Amino acid sequence: MSTSLILLIILIVGLAAYFAGRARATASSKGKLSALHSLPGYHGVYVAIWAVLPAAFVLAIWLLASPFFIENSVRSALPDTVKSQGTATIELMLGQVMQVANGLKRLNSDELAAVTSGSSNLRDALAAKGVPMANAGEPYMVEAAQHYNSLRDGSRWVMSVAVLIIAIAGAVFAIRGISAPFRARNRVERVMLGTLLVASSIAILTTVGIVGSMLSEAIRFFQSVSPSTFFFGTVWDPRFSAAGSGGTEGQFGLLPLLAGTLYIAFVAMLFAVPVGLFAAIYMAEYAKPVVRGIAKPLLEILAGIPTIVYGFFALVTVGPFLRDISAQLNGLVTGNYVNFIQAQSVLTAGLVMGIMLIPFVSSLSDDIITQVPRSLRDGSLGLGATRSETIKRVILPAALPGIVGALLLTASRAVGETMIVVLAAGVAARMQLNPFEAMTTVTVKIVNQLTGDLEFNSPQTLVAFALGITLFAITLCLNIYALYIVRKYREQYE
Amino acid sequence: MTDMTSSVQSTFVRPAQARRDIGIKKRYAAERRFKAYGLTAILIGLFFLFVLLWTVVSKGYTAFQQTAITLPIEFSEKIIDPKNERGANPTKLMTANYPLLVRDALVKALGIDPANKPLVKQATDMVSASARTQLRDLVVANPAIIGTTATVSLLAEGNIDSANKGQIDLTVAEANRKVKDQQIEWMKTLSETGAMAKQFNTGLFTYGASSRPEAAGIGVAALGSLYMMLIVLVLALPIGVAASIYLEEFAPKNRLTDLIEVNINNLAAVPSIVYGLLGLSIFINFAGMPRSAAVVGGLVLTLMTLPTIIIATRAALKAVPPSIRSAALGLGASKMQTIFHHVLPLAMPGVLTGTIIGLAHALGETAPLLLIGMVAFVVDYPGSPMDPSTALPVQIYMWANEAERAFVERTSGAIMILLVFLVVMNLGAILLRRRFERRW
Repeated sequence: MSTSLILLIILIVGLAAYFAGRARATASSKGKLSALHSLPGYHGVYVAIWAVLPAAFVLAIWLLASPFFIENSVRSALPDTVKSQGTATIELMLGQVMQVANGLKRLNSDELAAVTSGSSNLRDALAAKGVPMANAGEPYMVEAAQHYNSLRDGSRWVMSVAVLIIAIAGAVFAIRGISAPFRARNRVERVMLGTLLVASSIAILTTVGIVGSMLSEAIRFFQSVSPSTFFFGTVWDPRFSAAGSGGTEGQFGLLPLLAGTLYIAFVAMLFAVPVGLFAAIYMAEYAKPVVRGIAKPLLEILAGIPTIVYGFFALVTVGPFLRDISAQLNGLVTGNYVNFIQAQSVLTAGLVMGIMLIPFVSSLSDDIITQVPRSLRDGSLGLGATRSETIKRVILPAALPGIVGALLLTASRAVGETMIVVLAAGVAARMQLNPFEAMTTVTVKIVNQLTGDLEFNSPQTLVAFALGITLFAITLCLNIYALYIVRKYREQYE
Repeated sequence: MTDMTSSVQSTFVRPAQARRDIGIKKRYAAERRFKAYGLTAILIGLFFLFVLLWTVVSKGYTAFQQTAITLPIEFSEKIIDPKNERGANPTKLMTANYPLLVRDALVKALGIDPANKPLVKQATDMVSASARTQLRDLVVANPAIIGTTATVSLLAEGNIDSANKGQIDLTVAEANRKVKDQQIEWMKTLSETGAMAKQFNTGLFTYGASSRPEAAGIGVAALGSLYMMLIVLVLALPIGVAASIYLEEFAPKNRLTDLIEVNINNLAAVPSIVYGLLGLSIFINFAGMPRSAAVVGGLVLTLMTLPTIIIATRAALKAVPPSIRSAALGLGASKMQTIFHHVLPLAMPGVLTGTIIGLAHALGETAPLLLIGMVAFVVDYPGSPMDPSTALPVQIYMWANEAERAFVERTSGAIMILLVFLVVMNLGAILLRRRFERRW
C-alpha cells in the first residue's frame, strides 16, 4: 500500500470516527442536548483526534526509522569479502544493491527467474527496463537485493496493518469514553493549543536549522581549510578541480569578498540614504495628503519589484550607460575615447542597489518621523522656528536613534542582496579602491560555488556554507542591534 | 469704525522703522532650499522608477510578437517515408527528415536553384530549427497528411525575427552581422507576398526553456512558480496564522516568547540566499529530496514567507478591540471559541493582505532557488511538484545571461509578465484592505 493510500484510509477512519462520536454523544444525551457538557461536534472531533493522531504519529516514525533498520540488515547480510573493504566500499555496494532492488521490481517472473539462476545477464536485463548499472553486478547482489525487497515489502505490510489497527483502536477507545458529562471540548481545545504551540516553534526551528546546517557544513570545510586562512586570507582562488584528480588546493580568502560586499553596500547607502531620508522628511512634514497619497505608494512600488529585475536593469541599462558616458567624458577631457568605468563595476551595482533601497529608507524613516510627538513640533514652531529649523534641530535629533536603527536594517539588506550583484558587480575577487572597477561579493561567490554540478565533500562547495554563516552572522548582528534600537525608541514615545 | 482706522492711519505717519534684521530672508531661503531637497529626492526616486519601467517595457513589448513564415509544405511521401514502413514501424515517422520538407518549400517559394548549396543553406537558416518538431508533431498526429500539401506557419529564426522587427543595425558590414544581405532580400519578397508576417507570440506563454530564442517561453517556468506558490499558500498560511494566534493570544509574557519575537523579526530580515543554503543542506542533502524540484523550492519559500505572514497576522489580531473578546467570553464562550469564532474572522482581511504580500515577495524571489538547483534547462512541463522544474524569476535570470538580441527582448517580456502578476497581487491586497478596513 502506498503511503498516500494509507493516509487516505486514516482520514476516512477519522471522518467515520467523527460521525460515530457525534452520534454517540447525541444518543447519550437521551434527547436532551443541554445535558451534554460539550456540543456533539466536539465529541466527534475528540474521537477523530484519537483515531488520526496516534496512527499518523506511528506512520511517520515508521517511515523515518524503517530505512535505517532495513539498510542495516542488508549491510550485515553482505558477504564478508565486501565487508572487509572499508565503509566507502560498503556504502557503494549498498547503493548498487538498492539500484538492483529497484530494477528487480520491474522484471516479470520469468525474467526474474532467469536472473536469479544466473542464466541471463543482470546488467542487460536491468538496462532493458531502463535501470542503468555501473558494472556487471555480482550474484550476491541479486540475493541482497531480493533480501532488501522482501524486507521492504514486509515492513510496509506490517506498517499498514499496524497503523490501521491503531487508528481503529484509538477511535474505539475514545468512543467508549463518551458520556453526557464528558468534557470533550476541553480536551479538543488542549490539542488545538498544542498545535498552535508547535506552529509557533517552527520559527525557532528555522533559526536552529539555519545555524545548525550551516555550522555543520562549515565545520566540514574548516577541517580541510584552517579558519585563519579563511577569515584572514587575502586571495580568493578556489580552483575547481576535476573530480578525483585530487589536484591543487585552492585558496579561500574571505577578505576580498568581504571588502567588495562592504564597498558595494557603502556606495548603495551613500546613494539611498540622502534620497530616502529627504523623501521621508518631505512626505512626513511638507507633502499635502494628496501628494503623499500618490507619491508614497509609487515609491513603494520600487520596493515590490523583484531584485532580479533590478539586476537586469543594471545589466542592460545602467552598466552600458555608465560605460558609454565615461568614454564620452574621457574623450572630452583627454581626447581619448576609452571608458574608465567598467560595465560591471562597484558603481553600477551600488547605484542600482541604492535605487532598490530608497523605499526601504524612506518608509522606515517616515514611520519613525511621524512617531515624534506632535508637542515637540508645536513647541518649536510656536517659538518661531521655521519648518526646516524644526526638522533639523528638533525632529531629527529626537528621531535619530530610530533612524539609525532603520539605516542599520537597510545596511543588512544591502549586505545580503544577491541578484543585483550577481548580474552587475562582476566575479573578479580583488581588493582595490576604484569604484569604477568590478569587485565581487560574498553572495555572488555563494551562488557561483553552488550552481552547477556539485560534489558535496569538496572544500570548493563547502566554502559556500562558511561564507553563508559569515553573512548570517553579519546580518544577525545588524538586525538585532537595529531592532533593539527601534524597539527602545518606540517605547520612549509610547 | 472706518473713521477711526483712517484717523489712526493719519496720526501715525512716522516713517516705518526698519525692522531689526533677524536674518528672516536667509532663514526663509534655507526653508525653501530644504523643501526643494525633499521634493528633489522624491522626484529622483520616481525618475528611477520611471526609467526602470520604461527600460523593461521599451525593450520588452516586441517580445509579444513573433515573425512567422507561412509556406505551403508538400508532405511528400518520398521524403518522409520512402520505403513505406510506417505501418509496420510507427517510430519511422519520428525520425524522418522533416527539415528537407522545409528546404524544398523554401527553395520553391524563393525560386532558388536547388543545386546552389550555400544559397540554400542561407535560406533554410531563416527558419527556426524547431520546424522539425513542429512538422513531426503534425505528421504524427495526422498521418493522412502525407502526400498532400498544407500551408504551415513556421517560426522564423531568432535573428531574422530581430531583423524583421528592425532591431538589427543593417548599416554594419555584412560580414559582421548575423543577417546576410541575401536574407534581407528574401525577407522583403516574403513580406510582400504576405508569407512573412508578425503574429502574436503565443509561444512566449507556452514554451519551455530553449537555446533558440524563437522557441523559448515561460510556460514551463510559470507552472513551476505556480506549484511553489500553492505549496507556500497551503503551508505558510495555516502555520503562520496558528503561530501568531499562539504568540498573540496565549503565550505567557516571558523570556521564551521574547526570544521567539526577536527571532521572528530577525528571520524577516535574514538575506534570502541564506534560506537557499538551508534548503540545500537540510531538504536536499539531509532529507534526500530531489534537486531542482518545485517541492523543495516551495518549502524554502514557505520558511522565507512565514515571518512576513506572522508579523502581519499579529498586527491584524492586535487591531481587533478587546471589547469583542470580552463580549464573547462574557457570553460563555471558551477562549478558543472566542478566538476562532470572533477574533480571527474579524482579523482575516489583515491576514489575507499580509499573505498576498508575502506570496508576491516569494514569487519574485530568485537567489534561494539558484542554490537548490532550479537553474535547470527544463523543456517539458513538470507533471508534479517532485519533477525538475524552474521558476519565472529564475528563467528571467537565465535569459538575462544569454547574449542574443532576441533573448534581451524575451527577458524584458518575461519581466513584464512577472510584474503584471505582482501588480495584480498587490492591487488585490490593497483592494482587500480598502474593502474590509474597519475603524473600531
